[in-house]
Amino acid sequence: MSIQTPLNKVRGLGSAQEGVGHFWHQRVTAVALVPLVLWFLVSLYHHIGDPYQEVVEWLGKPTTAIPLLFLILAGFYHMKLGMQVVVEDYVQKDSSKIILLLLNNLVAIGLGVVCVYAVLKLSFGV
Amino acid sequence: MVELTLPKNSKIRKGKTWKTGAKPKNKKKFKVYRWSPDDGKNPSMDTYEVDMDTCGPMVLDALIKIKNEIDPTLTFRRSCREGVCGSCAMNIDGRNTLACTKAIDDVDGEVTIYPLPHMEVVKDLVPDLTTFYTQYASIEPWLHTDTPQPEKEWLQSREDRDELDGLYECILCACCSTSCPSYWWNGDRYLGPAVLLQAYRWLIDSRDEATGDRLDDLQDPFRLYRCHTIMNCANTCPKGLNPAKAIAEIKKMMVERHV
Repeated sequence: MSIQTPLNKVRGLGSAQEGVGHFWHQRVTAVALVPLVLWFLVSLYHHIGDPYQEVVEWLGKPTTAIPLLFLILAGFYHMKLGMQVVVEDYVQKDSSKIILLLLNNLVAIGLGVVCVYAVLKLSFGV
Repeated sequence: MVELTLPKNSKIRKGKTWKTGAKPKNKKKFKVYRWSPDDGKNPSMDTYEVDMDTCGPMVLDALIKIKNEIDPTLTFRRSCREGVCGSCAMNIDGRNTLACTKAIDDVDGEVTIYPLPHMEVVKDLVPDLTTFYTQYASIEPWLHTDTPQPEKEWLQSREDRDELDGLYECILCACCSTSCPSYWWNGDRYLGPAVLLQAYRWLIDSRDEATGDRLDDLQDPFRLYRCHTIMNCANTCPKGLNPAKAIAEIKKMMVERHV
């Protein structure tokens, strides 16, 4: 137990001078995701039942691959920002919080890189 | 912190029932949260039967009647009895509000009364608001100026004064902050809707010269950005104010100074 004045506790370590970036990026990616997700779903719908080779070719075209890369980057970044808020809201213990926040970054970046690699492979046939 | 179930010593027991002596036709039951720090027992819900023919129209009238005529140990805060002081804020019929402006007739059946949610209880319906008031003090709710004081007064245009409408009316009853899940979970670091509404009241004041410093103090993932626009605050405010909008305006100001 430590004896602190209420004001000492409330002021804590002071303001982190951070948060507006997170707030803004979350809004911007959300807005970007609206047309990107719609475009992706509509396009996928048009390719239902198409032969494998045709879909692979479609995915490798620049007009598909570039918006798809934007979708992947915006999507995983948005997911990372959202999950970060959930962890900060509900996990109080500092050690678990730091581990989960790192894990969140790792999962988002890891999955993002895998998806980007897949799109590039389809485009360039590496 | 996040607590989805009540801790063992906060589980509520069934309490005592206080029946009215006579058999009034017009009687209403009040189920009231009771807890005393002195007896080491868990909290309980006591039931009081009140004769409405001899009781005023508001929930606070009933509480005062219970205290005066039935059970003098019942403890609650009250002062102005007309919605100005904010002392009698409590959870009535599942919603945080002022007992003095909540009509008994607006509640169907039994009237359940708890202290403000997720606060330490001092006794019965009295919550410990120390942190809440300290958070208010931490935003320095007074005019900050560097310009030498004018001879007469700090002037403000009518339009600038209008900006304070919907903000200055806040009576700091804590109904909004204690209805906010984000404040329940992170109330030690998140300032909560009431204090942020007050912060905005000083941010938007045309006479204040410390807007940037005030924004600096608020720019924090916890102090400000724990607000997730849940809107319980605006829903419950007994004065009809909208703290969520004030918080959104602060977030807008934060973005504005970057573009």
